[in-house]
Amino acid sequence: MVAALGNYTIERVRGLGGFALFIARSLGAVLSTRRLPARIGRAVYEQGFRCLPVILIVGMFTGLVLGLQGYYVLNRFGSEGLLGALVSLSLVREMAPVLAALMLVGQAGSALAAELGIQRNSEQIVALDTMGIDSHGYLVAPRLLAALFVFPAQTALFVAVGLWGGSLSGSLLLGVDPGIYWSSVHRAVESEDVRECLIKALTFGALTIGICAYQGFHAHRIRRATGARAVSAATTKAVVISSIAVLAADYIITSFLV
Amino acid sequence: MANPKTGPLLRVEGLRKAFDQRVVLRDVGFTVERGSIYTVLGPSGAGKSVLLKCLAGVEQPDGGTVLFESQPLDFRNRAMRESFRRRCSFLFQGNALFDSLTARQNVALPLEQTTPLSRGEINRRAMEALRQLELADHADRFPGMLSGGMQKRLALARAIVTHPEMVFFDEPTAGLDPLRRNAVFAMIAKYQAVFGFTALIVTHDVVEALAASSVVALLHQGEICFAGRPEEFAASGHPVVQSFRDSPAALRSTLDAMRKGGALTEEKE
Repeated sequence: MVAALGNYTIERVRGLGGFALFIARSLGAVLSTRRLPARIGRAVYEQGFRCLPVILIVGMFTGLVLGLQGYYVLNRFGSEGLLGALVSLSLVREMAPVLAALMLVGQAGSALAAELGIQRNSEQIVALDTMGIDSHGYLVAPRLLAALFVFPAQTALFVAVGLWGGSLSGSLLLGVDPGIYWSSVHRAVESEDVRECLIKALTFGALTIGICAYQGFHAHRIRRATGARAVSAATTKAVVISSIAVLAADYIITSFLV
Repeated sequence: MANPKTGPLLRVEGLRKAFDQRVVLRDVGFTVERGSIYTVLGPSGAGKSVLLKCLAGVEQPDGGTVLFESQPLDFRNRAMRESFRRRCSFLFQGNALFDSLTARQNVALPLEQTTPLSRGEINRRAMEALRQLELADHADRFPGMLSGGMQKRLALARAIVTHPEMVFFDEPTAGLDPLRRNAVFAMIAKYQAVFGFTALIVTHDVVEALAASSVVALLHQGEICFAGRPEEFAASGHPVVQSFRDSPAALRSTLDAMRKGGALTEEKE
């Protein structure tokens, strides 16, 4: 029992160490990778542009629901005028960075883990190494750097669409004056809130894309699975670990910043 | 010490590799002369691909020495590893082509990432390699849109576009029918003559290997048990060589014996 617990702990610590080295090696390869801007551009397109619809839809519905729920809670205290503040602070501080990250994990992260897993399976990653091309620099570094741009941008978009959704619920459906709604938004959101939102988006981006890349890149190490099953297991593992990491990191960042 | 430019290109001494308790390579040693086609034969699971991966630095051997132009290779040394990889190419069993890149982009990839050449020059060289392998008309197609033979040629185009001194071929005919096997070995022999690279092939196709190779070696139980010219291999009395070389004849005599004994007829009934 103790030995099993010890082995489990050692394995987890080794996994964390491996992940840290993987990220360090990938970022270290940035300087030696040729034509990196083009690779980053492609990664921005894959992570950002393709995820636009899901961010817009989820952002809109989140704003709509926040508007409805917020209105009925505030209405009890006769404070409907604070609806803009409630929607904006909920979105900026918590919901936008977390939900946008989870959506990006589901779409871009899972696709990345599966793509790298298939490339590992079909020896494309080994082929890069034998050609003298740093596979970390070529495959992972552009994705990590793109995430540092895409996650904050998608989070900002999520906030904008969510605020609009909140105003649709509050003003169009429930009769809150639009002027009061938007002035409440302006008064409530401070630069500290935006900073917290940005820190979260950057952290979630690096963390989740790093985890998804790590799992896909090492799909051949999945136990008791090979081929398509290993790719499937690596993708599932990537999404589950990334999602937990987002929520855990959110708690840690919030507890330090608030 | 042998002159690096005139002596053997690759020399392997006492190479060992095990995975956990399973010993794959026990004590492998052989010498590949410059400009030759050296083929390592062996049954499936003999460790041929592991041998090739150890030589290409994909797997780390447990012991032994690999000398390239008389210099011991140490893949942990970054400069040495990069220099070796600039001078050698690897053709994978499954081709390892990038399916999201076109044929031209696949061939251009090693030039784009490892040389400071201009985009125009890279494109010119990639197209030249595609033309030499009769794939110029398919430059803008993706690998998935090409036939198996074309994909093999595309992988070879990518391997030779950097003008390597040595090309490693991992089971280049795996899963192909006899006609395509012949075509692949003919292709290797043809382009080896055109480009002058040294080829190291691992395969289990005896007939094709004997026809196309300068030297043939047999890997058995983790060791090279025979190495010599194809005609020496064909005449060898070594029991392992005989059993590997004469396996079709052995199968025929086994089947004849079974037919005479009625085993096959009974099974049919």
